[in-house]
Amino acid sequence: MQSVQLGFLDYAILLIYVIFVISIGFVLRRYMKSSSDFLTSGRSIPAWVTGLAFISANLGALELVGMAASGAKYGIATCHFYWVGAIPAMVFLAVFMMPFYYGSKARSVPEYLKMRFNEPVRALNSVAFAVMTVFASGISMNALAKLLNQLLGWNYHVALWICSAVVLVYVLKGGLTSAIYTEVLQFFMIVLGFAPVVYLGLQDVGGWTAMTHALSGVSVDPAALHFKDPGTSYGPDGWTSAWKPLLAGSAHNPMGVDCFAMVFGLGFVLSFGYWCTNFLVVQRAMAARNMGAARRTPLIAAVPKMLFPALVILPGMIAVALTSIPAKGYRIPPPALEQQAIVAAAAAVSQAASSNPQAAIPEIIEKVSGAQKGLDPKTGKPKKLLGFDQARLAEVVKTYAGKPIDQDQTPEQRALRSEFVAAFSNAMTDYDYDGVILSLVKKYCPTGLLGLALTALLASFMSGMAGNVTAFNTVWTYDLYQAYIARNKSDQHYFWMGQAVTVAGILFSIACAYFAKQYNNAMDIIQLVFGFVNAPLFATFLLGMFWARCTGPGAFFGLFGGISASALFHSLTIAAGNSPGVKGGYVSVLQTFPSEMAQNFWLASFAFIVCFTLTLVISLLTRRTKTDEELKGLVYSLTPKLKDEETAWYLRPATLGLVLLACCVVLNLIFR
Amino acid sequence: MGLDIRLPIGLMFTLIGAMLAVYGFATQSEPALYERSLGINVNLRWGLVLLVFGVTMLGLFWRGRKSGP
Repeated sequence: MQSVQLGFLDYAILLIYVIFVISIGFVLRRYMKSSSDFLTSGRSIPAWVTGLAFISANLGALELVGMAASGAKYGIATCHFYWVGAIPAMVFLAVFMMPFYYGSKARSVPEYLKMRFNEPVRALNSVAFAVMTVFASGISMNALAKLLNQLLGWNYHVALWICSAVVLVYVLKGGLTSAIYTEVLQFFMIVLGFAPVVYLGLQDVGGWTAMTHALSGVSVDPAALHFKDPGTSYGPDGWTSAWKPLLAGSAHNPMGVDCFAMVFGLGFVLSFGYWCTNFLVVQRAMAARNMGAARRTPLIAAVPKMLFPALVILPGMIAVALTSIPAKGYRIPPPALEQQAIVAAAAAVSQAASSNPQAAIPEIIEKVSGAQKGLDPKTGKPKKLLGFDQARLAEVVKTYAGKPIDQDQTPEQRALRSEFVAAFSNAMTDYDYDGVILSLVKKYCPTGLLGLALTALLASFMSGMAGNVTAFNTVWTYDLYQAYIARNKSDQHYFWMGQAVTVAGILFSIACAYFAKQYNNAMDIIQLVFGFVNAPLFATFLLGMFWARCTGPGAFFGLFGGISASALFHSLTIAAGNSPGVKGGYVSVLQTFPSEMAQNFWLASFAFIVCFTLTLVISLLTRRTKTDEELKGLVYSLTPKLKDEETAWYLRPATLGLVLLACCVVLNLIFR
Repeated sequence: MGLDIRLPIGLMFTLIGAMLAVYGFATQSEPALYERSLGINVNLRWGLVLLVFGVTMLGLFWRGRKSGP
């Protein structure tokens, strides 16, 4: 793929942005006097700021890139992550859970668990969380640096280190406050940077109606564009309707998910687990200046969150529609070929006979696939064959057979080689869905707007990374270092530790990014383990906050059982099209799900139910360790109800929450 | 804490918006540049949008300062 040239103006916009975020860090430096200023913002920030930071910390580069990819793969049903998943969970957090997080004066989510249960539960949660944030940040950094490298030709290492250095400077200077304030600036940058790209894309495809029309064509015959296997058909509304294909069953929607898995697995277990218990987002609300502001934080965040599909999912749908209209000259980018695959392709094509290109094709495909995907040790065949359009590949072979494309010594040879690689990649029918966003940016943005859109992408990356780092340094300093390694030190000592671990956290993330680059498979396994850890978590919080009888041992072993249950579930099930291994089924295959997403949702549901039941039963069998008096402020039934009467009725969290839920229902109905 | 975030947001978008708008204005006679953006001079138009947003943020900042913290 050809990389684009950035002009002076593009670099200038990028530079201005960097200068502003770093200056925010420096301005805030003088307010950093104690560990709580640095790690918890001293609970001093207004609600609209924490609200936008709440959403921005979640809107990392992976979210942006991944949601557009899902928009392309699954269409409007991707909105369920927002309208069924996020919004109800955020309302629940604001109305029911925030009073305990904020009111308990806990400095972190693990610390709340210690107050409510005991040390082991805190230890389990904080260790898992700390490891997870570092890896999550590393994975996202790797993904972004790779993307910038492939599509813009930027140097991988330079992109990685410079972005990390910027985040390091402003977080180190201004701590959580600085992260939160820059997240607000980044929020506006992301929205204002991508909005024109989406607008231009929609204009180009001919507006909403033309887009849905093109998408129904794709949905009826997705195999025509090689989206799905031949013979698959979803009916006209597979990409453009959120509920109808879902209600028709897992065989009738591109996600391969049924209604129960969607509503219970995603909507209840996974979303509530993420939004209500993940310290990365909850920390933003806990930094608010008072209880009212803390409770309004997720509600304020819910408003833009509800509208985000237009910004992050719509581009994916536009990309599919554009791909289906040949006149537009656009395709979703092919996967980037590894260096060894390029060498194999060049060698095979240059040796082929131009007189009979068809004959050489099977061998070329096998060689390139082997170099790209690796060989199966048992059969000696490629693990997976890449998809190619036979006619287009024959054309490429005809053009380049006998040409010296296997040489790259002189500039002319290199130019010919890259021309060949572009043509060869274009013959591929596999898609790199993660490249959708950047490919649209490249297609529509002239110099100027290009700089703005790229800055928006970097802003999303930095907001996600700063979110991870600030959550990591707080959990490390308060929940691991102060709790288990060095108790009773001076506050200045913990302040120093918070800063030191900020540096360490960023270095760890960079190490993880390189690790992810090197060992893609190891990363899949790590992400899998995180899935196991997260799936049952919400059951623990739900029982802990709303049932006084729930005990420490119940929570600990329930959580542990839930995590083991998800590992077990995964080892016994598989998604259609995957072979047993990292993707599941390594013990035996008892159940085959139509898609990986369905497998995930069912896994989460299963883990939740196991954790819930175990916690319930063990709690009933063990003696209570905390008295009612000790649980005051931590458990719903033992805490005096908050008096909302001072605030006007329309500003009360419950009222605002209901309004938001109603809006969600309306959106679901409009796009049903 | 001692920083009103509306000030840096306002300043940054005013600056970037002004730059885009000026560049867009200066390149009005270069249709080749705007071929990819469907013939729309997006730099000029979107630059003005950013400018208005930035100035609004600055206005909110001034108002907030007058009424006191």
